[in-house]
Amino acid sequence: MLSKGLKRKREEEEKEALSVDSWWLDQSHPAVPQTPPAVASSSLFDLSVLKLHHSLRQSEPDLRHLVLVVNTLRRIQASMEPTTALPPVPMPPTAPSVADSLLASSDAGLSASMASLLEDLNHIEDLNQVPQPQADEGPPGRSIGGVPPNLGALDLLGPATGCLLDDGLEGLFEDIDTSMYDSELWVPASEGLKPGPENGPAKEETPELDEAELNYLMDVLVGTQALERPPGPGR
Amino acid sequence: MGTLIDKLNNLNKEHADIISTVEFNYSGDLLATGDKGGRVVIFQREQENKGRAHSRGEYNVYSTFQSHEPEFDYLKSLEIEEKINKIRWLPQQNAAHFLLSTNDKTIKLWKISERDKRAEGYNLKDEDGRLRDPFRITALRVPILKPMDLMVEASPRRIFANAHTYHINSISVNSDHETYLSADDLRINLWHLEITDRSFNIVDIKPANMEELTEVITAAEFHPHQCNVFVYSSSKGTIRLCDMRSSALCDRHAKFFEEPEDPSSRSFFSEIISSISDVKFSHSGRYMMTRDYLSVKVWDLNMEGRPVETHQVHEYLRSKLCSLYENDCIFDKFECCWNGSDSAIMTGSYNNFFRMFDRNTRRDVTLEASRENSKPRASLKPRKVCTGGKRKKDEISVDSLDFNKKILHTAWHPMESIIAVAATNNLYIFQDKIN
Repeated sequence: MLSKGLKRKREEEEKEALSVDSWWLDQSHPAVPQTPPAVASSSLFDLSVLKLHHSLRQSEPDLRHLVLVVNTLRRIQASMEPTTALPPVPMPPTAPSVADSLLASSDAGLSASMASLLEDLNHIEDLNQVPQPQADEGPPGRSIGGVPPNLGALDLLGPATGCLLDDGLEGLFEDIDTSMYDSELWVPASEGLKPGPENGPAKEETPELDEAELNYLMDVLVGTQALERPPGPGR
Repeated sequence: MGTLIDKLNNLNKEHADIISTVEFNYSGDLLATGDKGGRVVIFQREQENKGRAHSRGEYNVYSTFQSHEPEFDYLKSLEIEEKINKIRWLPQQNAAHFLLSTNDKTIKLWKISERDKRAEGYNLKDEDGRLRDPFRITALRVPILKPMDLMVEASPRRIFANAHTYHINSISVNSDHETYLSADDLRINLWHLEITDRSFNIVDIKPANMEELTEVITAAEFHPHQCNVFVYSSSKGTIRLCDMRSSALCDRHAKFFEEPEDPSSRSFFSEIISSISDVKFSHSGRYMMTRDYLSVKVWDLNMEGRPVETHQVHEYLRSKLCSLYENDCIFDKFECCWNGSDSAIMTGSYNNFFRMFDRNTRRDVTLEASRENSKPRASLKPRKVCTGGKRKKDEISVDSLDFNKKILHTAWHPMESIIAVAATNNLYIFQDKIN
């Protein structure tokens, strides 16, 4: 299932999403091919996140569309989470500024809600914490990540193992070009997934990682930025 | 409607923009359309004329005016679309006609009046309109009225602005003919038609903490006879009926309508397809109809637990929900309407198809609004979508449907068997003539 960091074309992803259409209907249906639900959910998850980003980028988001996508994303998230719950990511104090920079013209309440949604996304993206091979280029708005590496991550995070990765994930991606990971933005997955303390000095570290990473992700999706160092905290 | 439609009155009005709303007035003699460019076009039905056998019933352009212009909200740095979301007529009280038209933020009351006479023989100006030198006037005369070519004028009489933070999706005139409501994603306001500088907020579902927002208002309508009752629908597939007599702020509903989810058809898209895109009371006031993505449901106002009827519009799309989610078609908002006697209902679909359901005979039909497949004055042929197996002749397979050709807006004449169907930027008017 793991390839050499091959960029999976968007059309191929779409086809895969379409070919497992029936999964969305009834996962207990006997006629449905018995592929792991995580496969289909991952594509649908990516699609939903993409829609959410696209919606948030509007100067005045369509509230109905936004609410429906968020609710659907929450459903998908709930179905993807392993039974042993991961510790919640502490709410980064600087997250509202991320939301604000995207929604410069929205009222404060909407910004705060988007911040919360983005915090949810933070949580979700930590679950899927895999270095994103597509980050350097690609058309704006491209869905996040090639699928094969994510599959690996999700499988390893499955309920059966219940435990987080140490060196396992890094070892899987040895043959992937890691030059883009040289920037301090891309902390190896294992560190990001270790449960951080709720309080204490380490808290400052985690928010910076989350915020910078999210910034980067947003910028790439908006298509305004190539790879570059993320701004420091306090932006 | 058991009889076939055997007379087609096909009116292709090439709006430069996409039609966004269609509405007959109370008599059915006038038909208003609003488009994405902020224009309103009103059609009038020709009077019966014995000299021209087929002229009765044709709708021709009566008036065209620019209702809304694009605006810029400087405070928020946002452009406000001029697209007309809804038009609602007021009951006619004198020679003039009044309608309300709204875009995302502003509602306007328009007066449409006819002028077929003009005054001649002014004292202070000559026939060209140039002012005369008053010192040259030696005699006075009384101006006389002379007939002129009919001129239809539209003038804005009221502008109801600055009352909605979010996008207006509905307006509804009350049966008292004095007030109306406007609804956006989170709030519903009550207006008096004469007063523009204030409105009364009657529903507010905005949570104190926007992080808790999970549901928005999708449509609202006043009861046709009880001026204290209105309903509003939500993105979660619920309808709330409110009584304005019970409290000033109608956040607490008097009735709550929701059909329990069928566990066998549960999917990730359950909520999206349950989102109600339109709600309409029957003319009788006993029922209301809701449109969600795949079906139309008729509710008895006395039964909150489930609808009394469910009509499948395009059930064959249920297995395509993922693709429809991907291309955003799953978010399309279809409207629905009753016929004058409440015996039939109509709603649109894709591929320029629209569906009509006869509630008495339980029969339904799929028809197509397109120039290629119908000639003027020919009958419409029922269409059929092939859902699986061998495709019969004249059937269309689900995969061949054009999802860009959506019929979102339809209207039914209040008394006769005449329907108006908006297909993107074309308007079709169909009549059922029994010879």
